[in-house]
Amino acid sequence: MQLGLLCALIPLLPLIGFVLNGVGFRRVPTALVGGIATLAVFASFLIVVSLFTSFDPEAGPQIIPLFDWISVGDLHIPFSFQIDQLSLLMLLVVTGVGTLIHLYSIGYMHHDEGFGKFMAFLNLFIFFMLLLVMGANYVIMFIGWEGVGLCSYLLIGFWNKNTSYNDAARKAFVMNRIGDLGFLLGIFTIINTFGTVEYIDVFKQATSLPMGDSTVLVIALLLFVGAMGKSAQVPLYTWLPDAMAGPTPVSALIHAATMVTAGIYMIVRSNVLYTLAPAALELIGAIAIITALLAASIGLLQNDIKKVLAYSTVSQLGYMFLGLSATAYTAGMFHVITHAFFKALLFLGAGSVIHAMSDEQDIRKMGGLRKSLPITFITFAIGTWAIAGLPPFAGFFSKDEILAHVFEHSKVLWALGVLGSALTSFYMFRLLFLTFFGEFRGTEEQKHHLHESPATMTIPLIVLAVLSAIGGALNLPGNGWLGHFLEPIFEGSRQVNPEAFAESVGESSTEYVLMAVSAGVALVALIVAYIMYISRKAVPAPNEAERSLPEQVIYNKYYVDELYETIIVRPIRSMGDTFYSFGEFAVDGVVNGVAWGVKQSSAQLRRLQSGSIGFYVFAMVLSIVLIFALRFFIRF
Amino acid sequence: MQPAQDVLIPEVIQQIPLTYYLILSTVLFIIGIIGVLTRRNAIVIFMSIELMLNAVNLLLIAFSSYKSDSAGQVFVFFIMAVAAAEVSVGLAIIVMIYRNTRSIDVGLLNKLKW
Repeated sequence: MQLGLLCALIPLLPLIGFVLNGVGFRRVPTALVGGIATLAVFASFLIVVSLFTSFDPEAGPQIIPLFDWISVGDLHIPFSFQIDQLSLLMLLVVTGVGTLIHLYSIGYMHHDEGFGKFMAFLNLFIFFMLLLVMGANYVIMFIGWEGVGLCSYLLIGFWNKNTSYNDAARKAFVMNRIGDLGFLLGIFTIINTFGTVEYIDVFKQATSLPMGDSTVLVIALLLFVGAMGKSAQVPLYTWLPDAMAGPTPVSALIHAATMVTAGIYMIVRSNVLYTLAPAALELIGAIAIITALLAASIGLLQNDIKKVLAYSTVSQLGYMFLGLSATAYTAGMFHVITHAFFKALLFLGAGSVIHAMSDEQDIRKMGGLRKSLPITFITFAIGTWAIAGLPPFAGFFSKDEILAHVFEHSKVLWALGVLGSALTSFYMFRLLFLTFFGEFRGTEEQKHHLHESPATMTIPLIVLAVLSAIGGALNLPGNGWLGHFLEPIFEGSRQVNPEAFAESVGESSTEYVLMAVSAGVALVALIVAYIMYISRKAVPAPNEAERSLPEQVIYNKYYVDELYETIIVRPIRSMGDTFYSFGEFAVDGVVNGVAWGVKQSSAQLRRLQSGSIGFYVFAMVLSIVLIFALRFFIRF
Repeated sequence: MQPAQDVLIPEVIQQIPLTYYLILSTVLFIIGIIGVLTRRNAIVIFMSIELMLNAVNLLLIAFSSYKSDSAGQVFVFFIMAVAAAEVSVGLAIIVMIYRNTRSIDVGLLNKLKW
């Protein structure tokens, strides 16, 4: 089949799945719903694999135009897809991990009454995400960008009878929208500067611009605002922990593996623009490290299994941006891929635990689950080992590569990055130990119910565990496959700033020392966590317990939500209330005023109907006289 | 306007100027109106209405003979027929009113109000 048809099918199949499950909600039999949805994404995955294997790097990026969408004056925005190394990688991750999560959802959401709706929304999300990564220009990416924000809203607030879940969904959507405004302004600036939004044209024109060009800086910053919202960086990150209100497969798919990585994808795609704007990269680096450390510190004291993973996601996203800020674009993408594997694994494992614990999410009430949930335990342990950055699993290679590049760029950032790595290792192992080791701390009721999850849930866990374990092979240090594969994508950046892209990491000895430091730090954190939570059998304090002031601040997430509430939400809301009451006053005044006028005049006019016949006849005579007078004295 | 054949208008009629007929007719009409507006006896009101109609008849005939146009006189026939019909219906209504209110005072019929 020709390339065009295949490419069009990739997003089309999940869209068809969405329509089938959406329109046929409650009519399609439950046994088929999950199958339709999973098969749609799996079929897309197979097509992507075939495209990947038949991809010829010499041929360059393939552009598949579907139709001419917007043509205004000199501006042409076709609806076209671009298949190159970067989009293929993202496609593999999205469809591959997506298929596994769809399979998992069958087991997890099977007995929910909104099962069909759920699978339909998941398919719709995959459709938009595929548009995002396959688009050949910024506008198509923006369609996907907006669409995944919408699906995120729909899926977070999936159990819509609960008001707090709806609030969380709304918060996610509004924060995303704030970022989207920046993104849109960036697109407008691009149109204004380059006259086109096609990646190939924009980047070709950009290579002829001088380093540090101010327009490019503006574009880079505006696009980054969009990335801040979508990829949960400070200050637009508070929606992600609240997004844990959604079902666990949603957290795994959207808030770990795919949607939140859209910001990183966008920056890697626009690498020329960012390499031309080092000031923007500095800013990104600062925000990234702040996010990474802030989120990691909050994760130390959280007691909800999903919240810990959520803050971990925010922190890891900070790491990816940190890599990008050191122009280590390949390292950033590498971490995106490995993170997709182990974070999805961790979330799905958490879902398995929650499922077994009869919907209990507080780790203080868990413990000793490794006997009852062996597969979940082993896979979760693999995921934890990977995210902590301990060799030989995937996380070690990707995180280490980022830190190595950051070390060349700035020692301070490197040191802070290593600190964050230690914190990551500590809180992840804390989570592992409190959940799976020690004595069971829940109720008898929950204890009876403990059971390993069905095959539809454990198979994805196993697959992801294997990927997390061997994923490091994608880009082994020194001469990684991923680096070679993605080389053509960074041609523009290399042209603009050759030194930044020179074959990095000079001496191997520095490299090995850095590797040893990162692994060692993670190992030390593991040992500390072990001592605290297994040897000393510490259990985190209940919510009302006495806490020292720094602990109190961190436990309350640095009061950021409260801060936003006070300085942003409350003023806007009161402004809205003022306008509303003023508008009500004005509109009601007019409407009621008219009614009052009619009432008063009618009170006077009805006196004409006095009932006396003589008066009626008199009125008739008077009218006739008037008509005659008008007829004869006023010329019509 | 003058007809095609030269038909002479009788001099007798022309001795009384047209204005006199006009004034008479107007006065009769006004008396009729005042009667309709002021009197409370239903039958007197009907008489006043007849008076108004006859005033108009008079004027039509006067103009018709002075201008030798027979259209006016023909119209008078119509008016008379209509007057007759109207009176018969009106008197029937008065009879019904009398049967219901035992009086023909129109001042008592004042329920058609707000």
